[in-house]
Amino acid sequence: MSGITETVAVDEHHDHKPKGFTRWLYTTNHKDIGSLYLIFSLVMFFIGGTMAMVIRLELFQPGLQFVEPHFFNQMTTVHGLIMVFGAVMPAFTGLANWMIPMMIGAPDMALPRMNNWSFWILPFAFLILLSSLFMPGGGPAFGWTFYAPLSSTYSSDSTALFVFSVHIMGISSIMGAINVIVTIFNMRAPTMTWMKMPLFVWTWLVTAFLLIMVMPVLAGAVTMVLTDKYFATSFFDAAGGGDPVLFQHIFWFFGHPEVYIMILPAFGIISSIVPTFARKPLFGYASMVYATGSIALLSFLVWAHHMFTTGMPVFAELFFMYCTMLISVPTGVKVFNWVATMWRGAMTFEAPMMFALAFIVLFTIGGFSGLMLAITPADFQYHDTYFVVAHFHYVLVTGAVFSIMAAAYYWLPKWTGYMYDEKLAQWHFWCSLISVNLLFFPMHFVGLAGMPRRIPDYALQFADFNALISVGGFLFGLSQLLFVWVVVKCARGGVKATAHVWEGSHGLEWEVPSPAPYHTFTTPPEVK
Amino acid sequence: MSNSYEKYYVPAQSPWPIVGAVALFLIAVGAGNYINDITYQRTGFGGYLLFAGIVTLIIMLFGWFRNVIDESMSGLYSQQMSRSFRLGMSWFIMSEVMFFMAFFGALFYGRMIALNWLGGGGNNASTFAVLWPEFQASWPLLKTPGGTETQAMPATGLPMINTALLLISSVTLHFAHTAIEQNKRGQLKLMLLFTLILGFSFLSLQVYEYVHAYRDLGLTLASGFYGSTFFMLTGFHGVHVTLGAIILFFIFLRVLKGHFTPENHFGFQAAAWYWHFVDVVWLCLYVFVYVL
Amino acid sequence: MPLNMTQGVSDISQQVYNLHMTIFWICCAIGAVVFGLMFWSIFRHRKSRGVTPAQFHESTKVEVIWTSIPVVILILMAIPATKTLIAMEDTTEADITVLITGSQWKWHYEFLDHDVSYYSLLATPKEQINNRFAKDPNYLLEVDRPLVIPTDKKVRFLMTSDDVIHSWWVPAFAIKKDANPGFINETWTRVEEPGIYRGQCAELCGKDHGFMPIVVIAKTPEDFATWVATEEKRNAEAKAEEQALLAMNMSLEELMTVGERTYLGHCSACHQPSGQGLPGIFPALKGSQMALKDMAGHIDIVLHGKSGTAMQGFAKQLSLKEIAAVITYERNAWGNNTGDLVQAADVNAALQGKGD
Ligand code: HEA
Ligand code: HEA
Ligand code: CUA
Ligand SMILES: [Cu+2]
Repeated sequence: MSGITETVAVDEHHDHKPKGFTRWLYTTNHKDIGSLYLIFSLVMFFIGGTMAMVIRLELFQPGLQFVEPHFFNQMTTVHGLIMVFGAVMPAFTGLANWMIPMMIGAPDMALPRMNNWSFWILPFAFLILLSSLFMPGGGPAFGWTFYAPLSSTYSSDSTALFVFSVHIMGISSIMGAINVIVTIFNMRAPTMTWMKMPLFVWTWLVTAFLLIMVMPVLAGAVTMVLTDKYFATSFFDAAGGGDPVLFQHIFWFFGHPEVYIMILPAFGIISSIVPTFARKPLFGYASMVYATGSIALLSFLVWAHHMFTTGMPVFAELFFMYCTMLISVPTGVKVFNWVATMWRGAMTFEAPMMFALAFIVLFTIGGFSGLMLAITPADFQYHDTYFVVAHFHYVLVTGAVFSIMAAAYYWLPKWTGYMYDEKLAQWHFWCSLISVNLLFFPMHFVGLAGMPRRIPDYALQFADFNALISVGGFLFGLSQLLFVWVVVKCARGGVKATAHVWEGSHGLEWEVPSPAPYHTFTTPPEVK
Repeated sequence: MSNSYEKYYVPAQSPWPIVGAVALFLIAVGAGNYINDITYQRTGFGGYLLFAGIVTLIIMLFGWFRNVIDESMSGLYSQQMSRSFRLGMSWFIMSEVMFFMAFFGALFYGRMIALNWLGGGGNNASTFAVLWPEFQASWPLLKTPGGTETQAMPATGLPMINTALLLISSVTLHFAHTAIEQNKRGQLKLMLLFTLILGFSFLSLQVYEYVHAYRDLGLTLASGFYGSTFFMLTGFHGVHVTLGAIILFFIFLRVLKGHFTPENHFGFQAAAWYWHFVDVVWLCLYVFVYVL
Repeated sequence: MPLNMTQGVSDISQQVYNLHMTIFWICCAIGAVVFGLMFWSIFRHRKSRGVTPAQFHESTKVEVIWTSIPVVILILMAIPATKTLIAMEDTTEADITVLITGSQWKWHYEFLDHDVSYYSLLATPKEQINNRFAKDPNYLLEVDRPLVIPTDKKVRFLMTSDDVIHSWWVPAFAIKKDANPGFINETWTRVEEPGIYRGQCAELCGKDHGFMPIVVIAKTPEDFATWVATEEKRNAEAKAEEQALLAMNMSLEELMTVGERTYLGHCSACHQPSGQGLPGIFPALKGSQMALKDMAGHIDIVLHGKSGTAMQGFAKQLSLKEIAAVITYERNAWGNNTGDLVQAADVNAALQGKGD
């Protein structure tokens, strides 16, 4: 099995890489696992994106053209689940695996075998979820929020599989988060003090904390759905003394911190990239750290802003409205600090910086619509319309996904040892930027005009805008093929990258050669 | 941070995680199908897959832990490594706490809010007047709005004995811990054995209580919110006690084999933490499910 | 298409609109400042202009300033929002109350102060949805029997559901309230202008969530009174006819015609027009044991539904005649050919039997 003698014999000066596919199956190397996560997440992004294309195709024109309503609902549901749990979260975990040990001067993640396990259960979870689409009765069709009793009493047979696949995703996230926390607490190079840690490490530390706090709650929620459906419990059934709204409280207690799980690492990435390309230290490092913490703490107090229409008592609505609004403050601090970092810097605009700049503007737009949603009386009009869909795609696609692309361009030379093709990357950026706005900006208007979300067909007045949105969607989807091209090209060769890669780069990850050796920092480095 | 840096042991490769991944896959697919099989009262392959998955998982646990124990015994682990284990275990327990919080949260919400509303409280006067005019809100919920009736599980008697059993087991386990630190092998073995016996007695009594609930009290999973929370909370707790007891059992075997030193006994400690955590959960449970 | 939120036709909806515009403009202003500074920096402080980067990276003063200013702005937003919200939730002193019940996939309206209650279903023909006929201007926003309310009266809505969560949304009233099964939510409106107002179910409620629209007609109090009177009369007549039917036997053909119509209107969404259901979620009726053998069970399940499943009870949705017809239809269509006839009287007997 893992031969002890063999491992002891590993020569640290020699870059020993195991060969063959068992390298990937058995690996305990944070860089290998990081790559696996990243590749997996890219595959999931394409699968989830393909489902989005089905959605956009059906919504291209009024009337039912391509799919049945029941199948449409499955597409919406699985698109949301795949993008959230399959694309964005694993991408961030992949980045954490690759970068955190390098950034803090650790030889690897703290618990390498568990790290492998966290990864390899994920493909299985999604295999289950995706194959449930082919079951009689179809896959999950109750939205990624799986509100009971639609997901319990009124759902199809595949629900049990859905529940268990979510359990596995949860286990994976929790183990991943434990690994990150332990690594950061215990594996920092001795001179890497807390307030010297790169912000990406800080934001991930907080993210991991959020994950540990809320993923188990999600597990509880799916478990109650399972027992309500199959074992006659009545958590969400008024006739038995339960309450369907209880489900929503539990779900959103998970769900809202979850959305910050998907944005805090992004903040960390942007906080790494902007100083590099502005050639100026990050403005307000300490306040960035405190802002991250405040966002995380506040995120536990705002969950019911997703439930304003459920008929909560007024005082509860007011409480959640105020707390939600407050989150704008620490988030604003971050935006202001980024702008201040650029101020009087000496900027260049390589692809990572372009994505970072787009992130700042477009995420803020998404944040503004979030703030509007927080205003309860107005939310009565916005809720469950395309205005909400516009909001969360701005924060998720032009937020989280853009940050991931920025990170990919930023660190690709470090990972592969080659510079990516800048010209192609700029093409990718501009195509994405234009098409993504064509895709998501008009959604604000159809939402305000009254188009509900999660419908396969709509009234005639929404027709023109939906056609436009669909075209934007197709273009954005095609633009992502450019991304794959750039990545594959870069992995296969090109101009050799230096250790520093970027003129303005700072931090331990830029001290090691490119590509980063299989084992880095087997002895801890000195932090300046 | 440790001042003197020792080399951190990074195992080169391990087949166990992928075995574990396959195991979870089989369990999930198996259980998912099995549940539908029982719902439709048909025979299918679900049960077999589930069984295969569990067997695989057990094999994986054995293999994985054997590796870890071997590595630990051959002195590959540094102080820093054992801190990683400790931190990892504490955060794992934190996640378990949050899992129970979901169910406790449901219980509190149901008792304090949903029940009150069904009975016409808050902004729900019409809920009561129009939908459930006959419903009387009280906890324990002995008659649901839909009319299902049940009896409550009293706090005295068996549950009280169980509380005592678990509390004492926590104490004996603590003594075992002090014994390990003072290298008193005899006391260690004895105290561990006591803990195990207490744990298994608790479980047997719990099974007895369930039978009593189903047979005599009409208290079942299906008897409304009270039954739901009662069985889900005590049930998940019971699963954890079972797990904890199995872990302690293996720790006991390792003690018999002479593992663990006063300085180096993370395996023991992790099991002990887990056991104490399960105890604390029981205390909350006893207070909120049985007494109040 | 209007590019903005509707101003609506009630005082509250107007307030909501104003609130929406206020926060919108505030966000635009903040955005203009922040993005303005950022783009200024991008143009001026670029390396290609030969600048040397400054090295400042901290200022507690600035941080405090840009923490406090947003707080003040937020407070300014919160004040009107709080006022509007409190007004919206005040359902006291209503002139008239309507109980709205959602179910898969239709709305039921019941006037608690009058003897009027009915279902309201999508009226857009299937052929338009399947693109075989041209689409009407109010495609998907048309129902067979709209809700009618009086203008200038405080109308209170009680919201609940028979199965999953639905949400009753009429943008012109700025009302969106979830209909939760087993609970009742309250909301209200006071409409100023007579007119036809349209909305949709706003909470994902299963397959046909996109096909359960809402149409409300606001009439002057006088017209409303007339409407209520005719409806009450119609109700009474329907009940009388029901009684008369009990004594009559209908022929197989008649039952099959009425039955098919009823089936397509109420049952086929789940069990499919072919009677084959959707395996794994909706059971087939074609060749099912119940439809072939167990007649009593068949009548019972159609009347009362089956708890714990999506099968709803139709006792209060359909007339005795329709129920008798649809059961007959199910027992004889798609090759089920049992030859069984079920009459209104049989259904009534089953209903009464259950009653004692
Ligand atoms: C990455 C994910 C992400 C992020 C970061 C956010 C951020 C925010 N979200 Fe969003 N949200 C989602 C993902 C996210 N959201 C998703 C997925 C849903 C839908 C789920 C579903 O139903 O399927 C949702 C839904 C959602 C709703 C429910 C809508 C409804 O269903 O009716 C609400 C309501 O309050 C809300 C609010 C907010 C707020 C206030 C923020 C804030 O954090 C934003 C803060 C940022 C800014 C405000 C911009 C920058 C600030 C400044 C420049 C400072 C100055 C500004 C002011 C003082 C105004 N969100
Ligand atoms: C991080 C999360 C994330 C991401 C990245 C996306 C990305 C996209 N989303 Fe997603 N979306 C959600 C999270 C996300 N979404 C969530 C949580 C919901 C709510 C679900 C629910 O209601 O339950 C939702 C719902 C949602 C809806 C509403 C559905 C409904 O209410 O019925 C729509 C509709 O347009 C949509 C569209 C898109 C599009 C076009 C993209 C695009 O950005 C995708 C682009 C990517 C690709 C297209 C793949 C790559 C390219 C190819 C495969 C090449 C081939 C391309 C062509 C043939 C053109 N999404
Ligand atoms: Cu009813 Cu959606
Ligand atoms: Cu939220």
